Amino acid sequence: MLLRKVSQSSALCGTILRIPPVLSGGQRQAGVVALQNSRLYASEAAQAVLEKPAAVGSDAATKVENKAAAAESKSFAVGIFKGQIATAQVFPFPSVLSQEQEQFLRELVGPVGKFFEEVNDAAKNDALEKVEDHTMEGLKEMGAFGLQVPADLNGLGLSNTQYARLVEIVGGHDLGVGITLGAHQSIGFKGILLFGNPAQKEKYLPKLATGEHIAAFCLTEPASGSDAASIKTTAVQSPCGQYFTLNGSKIWISNGGLAEIFTVFAKTPMKDPKTGEMKDKITAFVVERSFGGVTSGPPEKKMGIKASNTAEVYFDNVRVPADCVLGEVGGGFKVAMNILNNGRFGMAAALSGTMKSSIAKAVDHAANRTQFGSKIHNYGVIQEKMARMTMLQYVTESMAYMISGNMDSGATEFQIEAAISKIFASEAAWNVTDECIQVMGGMGFMKDAGVERIMRDLRIFRIFEGTNDILRLFVALNGFQSAGNQLKGLQKALKNPLGNAGLLAGELTKRAKRKAGLSTGLTLQGTVHPELAQSGELTVKAIEQFGLVIEEMLIKHGKKIIDEQFVLKRVADCAIDLYAMVVVLSRASRALTQGHASAQYEKMLCETWCMEASDRVMRDIKLLRSGESRKLFKNLRAISTALVENGGPVSPHPLGF
Amino acid sequence: MSGRVLVGVKRVIDYAVKIRVKPDNSGVVTDGVKHSMNPFCEIAVEEAVKLKEKKLIKEVVAVSCGPQQSQETIRTALAMGADRGIHVEVAGKDYETLGPLQVSKIMAALAKKEDAQLLILGKQAIDDDCNQTGQMTAALLDWPQGTFASEVSLDGDKVKVVREIDGGLETIKISTPAVLTADLRLNTPRYATLPNIMKAKKKKIANVKPADLGVDLTSRLEVLKVEEPPQREAGVKVETVEDLVGKLKETGRI
Repeated sequence: MLLRKVSQSSALCGTILRIPPVLSGGQRQAGVVALQNSRLYASEAAQAVLEKPAAVGSDAATKVENKAAAAESKSFAVGIFKGQIATAQVFPFPSVLSQEQEQFLRELVGPVGKFFEEVNDAAKNDALEKVEDHTMEGLKEMGAFGLQVPADLNGLGLSNTQYARLVEIVGGHDLGVGITLGAHQSIGFKGILLFGNPAQKEKYLPKLATGEHIAAFCLTEPASGSDAASIKTTAVQSPCGQYFTLNGSKIWISNGGLAEIFTVFAKTPMKDPKTGEMKDKITAFVVERSFGGVTSGPPEKKMGIKASNTAEVYFDNVRVPADCVLGEVGGGFKVAMNILNNGRFGMAAALSGTMKSSIAKAVDHAANRTQFGSKIHNYGVIQEKMARMTMLQYVTESMAYMISGNMDSGATEFQIEAAISKIFASEAAWNVTDECIQVMGGMGFMKDAGVERIMRDLRIFRIFEGTNDILRLFVALNGFQSAGNQLKGLQKALKNPLGNAGLLAGELTKRAKRKAGLSTGLTLQGTVHPELAQSGELTVKAIEQFGLVIEEMLIKHGKKIIDEQFVLKRVADCAIDLYAMVVVLSRASRALTQGHASAQYEKMLCETWCMEASDRVMRDIKLLRSGESRKLFKNLRAISTALVENGGPVSPHPLGF
Repeated sequence: MSGRVLVGVKRVIDYAVKIRVKPDNSGVVTDGVKHSMNPFCEIAVEEAVKLKEKKLIKEVVAVSCGPQQSQETIRTALAMGADRGIHVEVAGKDYETLGPLQVSKIMAALAKKEDAQLLILGKQAIDDDCNQTGQMTAALLDWPQGTFASEVSLDGDKVKVVREIDGGLETIKISTPAVLTADLRLNTPRYATLPNIMKAKKKKIANVKPADLGVDLTSRLEVLKVEEPPQREAGVKVETVEDLVGKLKETGRI
């Protein structure tokens, strides 16, 4: 709309371009890379213009600028949707452990690794479809059930980064055990850590930390998976207000058959304070099995993570004391989303460990297997597989520790990055392990080699804790929302085009330049190591075009963008690739700056990744812009509709019967 | 009796690591290589902690001689249940030439200083396989020694030790104070749990220099060369027994 309206009036256009900028530039604060022609960004400019009187007072300018700037996000993923590069959380690669924390962590890594190598038997756990009793006992004694519980409540008080390092070891040995531990502490009782009041923490955490009590996260129901807001379990408050009566059933609850403490989400009828009508809002509760009325079904038979207990949990008129409410009554959805968001980095860390283990098996095989007279690692086909496997692991590992580092530094905005890391890690791990089996040939398919079990274990990671499909929509829509707010600012400025002439001229020029593929001054020079300048440039170009296409999509679809899932999926894929590019740039830059022995190797990984990722991003952008995409999406939709109508494949058999 | 047991622990290259010889043949590569407590030292620590748990002795003190990193090994001992540690700082050239003679002098000095009832060591280290330190220390102190112990039991001021020897098992009874060295089957060391590692952070490690103990670290040995074992050569196949005998005569084997 912006582009069309302005260009329609050629006279206005000419006037706009000849008037010099109304506002003198104020440089952006550190953290957002400044455009070379100094001027304020769209949204603050719009704010500044609309809220100031004609005479520009510098005080007023800074005040408004600061207010608007404070609302500006530090998240890199949010920034790219506006065609900006927010570097605060991504450069330099975070290094958050104090010397004491690092030393402590080093001491923990050995014993944990040793336990998993000598005591835990992943194959046995898989065959028994249960974690062996002596292993469970050993894990409890080891303190593995309360890694992030504060030390004064029987836990180890680990930071996110320390937790990630240990979870990486678990992921590299036994994902079934990993899920048992994760379902317990990463989501099962995380709600108490994040939202519990001091009384609740004191009451529940000590026994949860030692593993005396196991915890489970109960959200999913037969009719409510991805659509979490539609849950039907009810919690009705008693007239006296002292307790709630809980009724309903949950399915596929990890640790459901073992847990004593459940974090349960249910609909509570509440009076809307404004309208007075009764509404159902979700509330989170801590429910003890000992309350009575809580039963669990038999363990589900699964494709993988067989050692992890998965069961249905039933709540039959369970009396839950009112002081078991977690957070606010009616604030349960936020509790659920925060818990899931908070635990996501753990998955990327665990899976980066899993990939290391698969890659080691593949390397061992390729280095020792001789065919056609040479060790097979000498052949290009195998080399490509191995290179891609290790790049995927490098990216995942970089994402995991960047996010955990951001979280430990106090960042509050990481939900898009966390979602990206979950999507990337789960798909990367699947691909890496699949290729590992391929490299190993027939051996890879055999139970004894141990890789088929990992493959089966990995499948669920693309489904639970938010399916990758839903998370992609989340990434895209979240990004569109912030880009939309920026556009709103611009649209406001449009209402007063002469007063905003300079701003609009700048914005017009920026878009024109970007459309023509020219640089608009955005750069990573000075941020990435000079040896990575080329990859930095590829990234910048991709981000510029991405920002442009986001705007184009918004202008084209407006609010209806939320229904354009074919578009959203591709937009998310671009965001994922862009974040991946920036994390490897950051990590490789650090390696070069610090002179690591592997610096040149990491530079190669970074350059190779960026080359291919930027290609993918540009290709997706091109598709989204092309008229062909409409036809493509229309066809895909039509094929699916016909399929569903027909209850199966529509075309008749080639033989006619 | 003081009820105090000293346990020597050595930081060595982890048993699972593939050893590589330095290109200049002066030694093996240790930089960036995973190190851990010598397995026989782990068994020694376990035995001491067990004695304390049975209330037969009162205090377990873990001792290590080496550079800064030896403190990690002491911490592992603390996490297994030792009460405090002593780090005898030896670094640089001195550390490169540190051998059983020097260590036993240090151990002897400490055993006297700490009024130890027992000194328990691993029977040998997996890096140099010397199997000398325990024996030398006992000699320097003029204490009885129970080496290659596969079973230890305290009886008043005497110790009954079952020793693994070439011919089988030998049981001896020695007076305390004494030096014991742990063999493989003495016990199965416990895993250091994470909460214990955390508690171990609060336990004290004292810093001592060899000079403070009046020990001279000069070595009487000089390492001339370190080489990899010869590569296994390919075999030769022969058709008949006569050929075999012929070949063996040729190479001077018979």
